[in-house]
Amino acid sequence: MRILVKGVGAAMALLLSTPAVAAWEPTKPVEIVVAAGAGGASDQMARMMQAAIQKNNLMKQPMVVSLKGGASGAEALMYMKSSEGDPNKVLIAYSLIYMLPLSAKIPFNWRELTPVSVVALDQFVLWDNSAGPKTLKDFVAAAKAASAPFKMGGTGSKREDHVLTVFLEQKTGAKFSYLPYKSGGEAATQLVGNHTEANVNNPSENLEVWRAGQVRPLCVFDRERIAYTTKVTDTQSWADIPTCKEEGVDVQYLMLRAMFLPGKVTPEQQAFYVDLFHKVTQTAEYKDYMEKQALKPIFLSGKDMVQFLEEDDALNKSLMTEAGFVAK
Amino acid sequence: MEALGLLLHGFAVLLTWKTLVLMMVGLVLGIFVGVLPGLGGPNGVAILLPLTFTMDPTSAIVMLSCIYWGALFGGAITSILFNIPGEAWSVATTFDGYPMAQQGRAAEALTAAFTSSFVGSLVAVLLITFLAPMISSFALKFGPPEFFAVYLLTFCSFVGLGREAKHKTVISMSLGLLLAGIGMDTVSGSLRMTFGSPELLRGINFLVAVIGLFGISEILLTMEERLALRGHAASISLRVVLGVWKDLPKYWVTLLRSSFIGCWLGITPGGAIAASFMGYNLAKRFAKEPEGFGKGRIEGVFAPETAAHASGTSALLPMLALGIPGSGTAAILLGGLMVWGLNPGPLLFVEHKDFVWGLIASMYLGNVVGLVLVLTTVPIFASILRVPFAAVAPMIVVSCAIGAYAIQNAMFDIWLMLGFGVVGYVFKKIGIPLAPFTLALVLGNRAEDAFRLSMIGSGGTLKVFWSNGLVGSITTLAILLLFWPVIDNLLARVGLTHGTRATSP
Repeated sequence: MRILVKGVGAAMALLLSTPAVAAWEPTKPVEIVVAAGAGGASDQMARMMQAAIQKNNLMKQPMVVSLKGGASGAEALMYMKSSEGDPNKVLIAYSLIYMLPLSAKIPFNWRELTPVSVVALDQFVLWDNSAGPKTLKDFVAAAKAASAPFKMGGTGSKREDHVLTVFLEQKTGAKFSYLPYKSGGEAATQLVGNHTEANVNNPSENLEVWRAGQVRPLCVFDRERIAYTTKVTDTQSWADIPTCKEEGVDVQYLMLRAMFLPGKVTPEQQAFYVDLFHKVTQTAEYKDYMEKQALKPIFLSGKDMVQFLEEDDALNKSLMTEAGFVAK
Repeated sequence: MEALGLLLHGFAVLLTWKTLVLMMVGLVLGIFVGVLPGLGGPNGVAILLPLTFTMDPTSAIVMLSCIYWGALFGGAITSILFNIPGEAWSVATTFDGYPMAQQGRAAEALTAAFTSSFVGSLVAVLLITFLAPMISSFALKFGPPEFFAVYLLTFCSFVGLGREAKHKTVISMSLGLLLAGIGMDTVSGSLRMTFGSPELLRGINFLVAVIGLFGISEILLTMEERLALRGHAASISLRVVLGVWKDLPKYWVTLLRSSFIGCWLGITPGGAIAASFMGYNLAKRFAKEPEGFGKGRIEGVFAPETAAHASGTSALLPMLALGIPGSGTAAILLGGLMVWGLNPGPLLFVEHKDFVWGLIASMYLGNVVGLVLVLTTVPIFASILRVPFAAVAPMIVVSCAIGAYAIQNAMFDIWLMLGFGVVGYVFKKIGIPLAPFTLALVLGNRAEDAFRLSMIGSGGTLKVFWSNGLVGSITTLAILLLFWPVIDNLLARVGLTHGTRATSP
């Protein structure tokens, strides 16, 4: 009930503050395309946006979430590519737009889509079982001393989790066997059940098992600590997790969460969605979600976004090449 | 008992007119989506999820879970009347349910299906109520080797316990495994057998194949043999229902066995499908007259339905307690929970008691209300069989096509479904069983992934499948079942058992 009241309040505020409607508006229900399975981080974010848009009346047409996680997300990419000129489909993208074309030779290039906005950056954290080593140093020492390589759980093969594992090996000299699971949720429970020694899940994927005291965060793969200082467990907040660099292992990676339209849509249509997602980032739902899932807020569109994408693409390409994951 | 007190509290939360009305609405919508093949539970819940955003979490989840129960009940209707399974786990229900309908015993088969769904769910809900914390820690024991052992057990029980010729079962299963390999290989991250076609990227969807293999091929066969649906309206009345119920105690062993299998497999993800097949096969193996199976035995409906629903219901437990959805529908409910700000995980039972116990109470109520609702509507559904074939066949084909399209919004899937219809027709003509094919298609990928992850983790040694008591006993049981006909004969020879009519010559 409290959420409802808050939502209605936010809606009223928006109705009063926003100027006249944009020139173009969708005339059909808008499909938000998720390139991952149900319950994963992309799906959760899409459902948050669906709820934020509906509760705050940001759009006249309803928004429906459509899960196209087949072929590790390639299904969604091909679907967007083949929907050229259709302004009623929005993709919620992440680093797969750079990585899949390289590792699986999918005939896809993000430049063929219309960029709308970057809405968040996602962190990666190194986690181990709460019965395991307490610091990164101890963990690396234990991994080196172990008779069989430590098992590292992750999502998918030759993707961000796998890349991070390879770089962790390079920087520490320890060896890991990488186990590609179907989702971050599965990687989390497998760590709790002691079937793996560690994983590199996003904060949201391990949040609940961390709160239950079943896993321990060792370090975050970013230049600086996560900003949120509200206590998540009894003793720790996200900001209490050291960076890997502080602990002596300089590995960094941030993942984009961005919205794209299919190719060949009009500038008016693009402008409508830039405005729509800008409004979404102003809602209480979005702000709550960012803090709860420990995401970095960001909003980029237009030239800034394209520049960001080009730099990010180049970075991912070099990481993939260095890790040896580019298909010949 | 703390659980009992909390449960009563849950009932108190639920028993308002508003919730009861939402429950009825949910059930009716659920039955409706369940009857349309392919639409099924996951799509129904997904379509209606946004309707609930403005409700409070308890009302919302009650309505959504009632859609789920309704769809489960509804799925049995098409399996029995038209040989078209609505969900993966309804496949085994068609084996005896459809022959019963053809013999004019549709009402009896429907009553049996609904009643056993109710029994299976009830056992599972009781289990959730009293053993939730213990069971969720059991699910954590499952790593890749354990998962593989369970899949192996399912495959082996099919070969060892099935009554069809062994080589035909193996042929059928191998073809299924081959097709399951199409698409993205998650372990290596590269594409297999897609031949550069973007349509094949997704792989072959199990439901599309099933609608074609069972539904379309049945229409083709009927067209060839007789232009009429066999079976006429059975005399439907309270008498039929009471008759089935009166016989129920006779089958208590079957019901109990299936409930047990269902609950056990339900807490491991993807278990509902394996459970329904295993329940059916074991019922057949332990029956006094196994010959009658596949020709319209009521036990052949009881066994898979009880197991499927026991596991479908207990699949909600790992979702709530660990955040791993056990089925497609559970996955969408999971998405819903997060929208309402509830994070499934070990702390959900501690921090949101009201919600969890309200949901569990709604499982009891939803099942009882659902049973009454479907039983009273049996006559309406059974009367569909009285419609002339010429009128009903095009409607079935069209609804199959809509169903196949709706799963992934792909036109290609309709062609695929028609292709599978022809394959199913040919298989039936040359006597190759369809069930092992569908089983391999749905579990093939998971079994392969689990096997390869076990191998990566163990450094390539098969010993990992005997590395602890749990995985060791499942693997051993699987191998025993695979060679069961041989073992059974040997035992009979040394005079230890009477030998159940040996299947292999």
